[in-house]
Amino acid sequence: MFNEMSVDDQIREPYRALVDWMEASGPEVLEQKRLEAETLFRKIGITFAVYGEGGDPERLIPFDLIPRIFTSGEWRKLDRGVKQRARALNAFLYDVYHNAEIIKAGIIPADLVFRNDAFEPAVIGIDPPRNVYSHIVGVDIVRTGPEDFYVLEDNCRTPSGVSYMLENREIMMRMFPDLFKSLRIEPVESYPDMLLKTLKSIAPRKCDREPNIVVLTPGAMNSAYYEHSFLADQMGVELVEGQDLFVHEDRVYMRTTRGPARVDVIYRRIDDAYIDPLCFRPDSVLGIPGLMNVYRSGGVAICSAPGAGVADDKAVYTFVPDMIRFYLGQEPILNNVPTWKCGKPDDLKYVLEHLGELVVKEVHGSGGYGMLVGPASTKEEQAAYAKRIEADPGDFIAQPTLALSACPTFVESGVAPRHVDFRPFCLVGDDVRLTPGGLTRVAMREGSLVVNSSQGGGVKDTWIMSD
Amino acid sequence: MLSRTADNLFWLSRYVERAENMARLMEMGYRMALMPAVVDGNRSEWESVLSASGCAAGYDPDAPLRQEEVANFLIFNRDNHSSIINCFEYARANARAMRTAITAEMWEALNNALMELRRPSMHNLAKNELPEFIDWVKKQGALFRGATDSTILRNDGYDFIRLGTFIERADNTARLLDVKYYVLLPETSMVGDGVDNYQWTTVLRAASSLRAFHWVYRDDYSPHRIAHFLILNPFSPRSLAHCAEQITQHLERLARHYGQRHSVHRQAVEMYSLLTQSDMDEIFSGGLHEFLTDFQGRNRLLSLAIADAYHFGGQ
Repeated sequence: MFNEMSVDDQIREPYRALVDWMEASGPEVLEQKRLEAETLFRKIGITFAVYGEGGDPERLIPFDLIPRIFTSGEWRKLDRGVKQRARALNAFLYDVYHNAEIIKAGIIPADLVFRNDAFEPAVIGIDPPRNVYSHIVGVDIVRTGPEDFYVLEDNCRTPSGVSYMLENREIMMRMFPDLFKSLRIEPVESYPDMLLKTLKSIAPRKCDREPNIVVLTPGAMNSAYYEHSFLADQMGVELVEGQDLFVHEDRVYMRTTRGPARVDVIYRRIDDAYIDPLCFRPDSVLGIPGLMNVYRSGGVAICSAPGAGVADDKAVYTFVPDMIRFYLGQEPILNNVPTWKCGKPDDLKYVLEHLGELVVKEVHGSGGYGMLVGPASTKEEQAAYAKRIEADPGDFIAQPTLALSACPTFVESGVAPRHVDFRPFCLVGDDVRLTPGGLTRVAMREGSLVVNSSQGGGVKDTWIMSD
Repeated sequence: MLSRTADNLFWLSRYVERAENMARLMEMGYRMALMPAVVDGNRSEWESVLSASGCAAGYDPDAPLRQEEVANFLIFNRDNHSSIINCFEYARANARAMRTAITAEMWEALNNALMELRRPSMHNLAKNELPEFIDWVKKQGALFRGATDSTILRNDGYDFIRLGTFIERADNTARLLDVKYYVLLPETSMVGDGVDNYQWTTVLRAASSLRAFHWVYRDDYSPHRIAHFLILNPFSPRSLAHCAEQITQHLERLARHYGQRHSVHRQAVEMYSLLTQSDMDEIFSGGLHEFLTDFQGRNRLLSLAIADAYHFGGQ
């Protein structure tokens, strides 16, 4: 296991100043800082709800005080690799809803795309503004060694967590002003401005003025509601629910106290299936009837564009390196994790024989649910899971259990290494922009590899050192 | 401003005001119950409180009409839409639905009130020390209004908050008066005796207006004057006249701000004129109860007209 702070008892360069500071401060000061940070979080009300678990819908996500640190050299590679991926994924989305060249070229099987649940026939042939489908790409990255980064998955729909990136930094700057003064840490606070710029740049064809932008949320009961309201507030735009919007003739309006006000760009945090009951799920009460007609005729821009989900499917994921070669003519800068597709007979055989060593996931699952972590499972669990795979092999992929890197983390017994992953947020509009930072998630339980906040994972601030 | 935000602001402040007024109603019942019984079988203070609260329909008809049961129903019953704990739940839910439209101080005032109220120890306090509990509720209302007053922008959002406060307060003052006049002593023969006077001063106390009343009228506790103080006196902060004046002013501000007038503006002015142009003799001769019923009806219609004019639905 690669410990990002120290190798063979040698403190790695980016962590040296932090370790010196921690040693000089002593455990009592650190403990006090930890308590202060928790109080701040509670006061600000940053919460994360977990579906289906009952209990407090406004639970706090555990925040770990010790930052995760990257050198500028490490970041340059991540920056280039993430932007490259975001470009290729958008090129792929445009392609599959138009001429499908990548399928004609025999690089991706047609079934995988056209019979995919996330493929949206309703948007075939539509040209979204700037031909961009996924305006915010969250790329989940893990590390296994000093130079070894792997992309675990892409999130092309509405990746969440960026509010933690911003709030974690806010709290860290309040807690450790000295460290920020003496170290050169890249700032992240420009993210909301960059997001606003991106959203403005994708104004629809018919918009003839400064676009009116809104954030569309399913409502206060949604687990990421805090983030929705936070982003709307930071950008200075309205946070709306479906009931606040309506379609009149060929435009979308919101209900205001002065009467209807036209809306041009919708940053939606609602799934495709719910955004328009006339086009998708007829029982949706979250959406806006008629929205898709307005979208088709260039009266409104939707971010992310409906149909973007087909690019972040776990089966499509395995082809992203091919997309990069096909559309950009470049070699991938960031590697995929080697993946076995259970839909292929040879791969299926291998997976069933090596269940104890692999991580098996549902192709369409998310949030760390419904997966089998081989080394942490019992024989019975493996046998039960094998039955599920055999019933529908095409629904599963498997990957080797990576030795995820670990970062020092506050736990009950003191400071100990815990496994981490990383999600930077790439913005795509008139330009491709990436804030130097992202969300580091940490598995708080010893040995655990599951970092999802829905399963007890925590978060850390991520520092990119500047040159 | 989004209509839904206006709706949330309006109802948020209505619920806070309602919670406080529920407490005031109970204070009145509690004090009246301390009086020696004058007539056998006439110990119906808690029944009166219940009926004035407007929630009597939800009360278990087999449950006794004693302080403990009625207070518990008005404070903690989750099925009672206007119970104090529900008022704080709804107020906070409205606040959470538009967190960014209110200030952190306002949010903290609401959030803390609800968190404390959810503690089991509050049940004991309400059961054993009702007056202390009532003070606690009044203090939460004061904290919220204070936070609002000192932190929020004076834009249209502020107007909707204030409209909610005064629509609700007017309704509640009318209810307080109605308890006294109509419910407690339905038989006219008993009006004017010692018990009657004590009960009138109790109404004043519940409106936190006893001392203010002294300043204005010295010591003449005639029902006439007390009713005047709570209905027509524009200087009394809980009087119908003051509420109507505030409502008119905030609607006027909205009209200027938006450059739009609606029928609600005319309705508000009418309601205000009714109060500035009446005198107590007229009101008493027409029947206080009838007057109060008519007022509550107008106030309800006004609330609907506000929702209509600014495109929100009402809760």
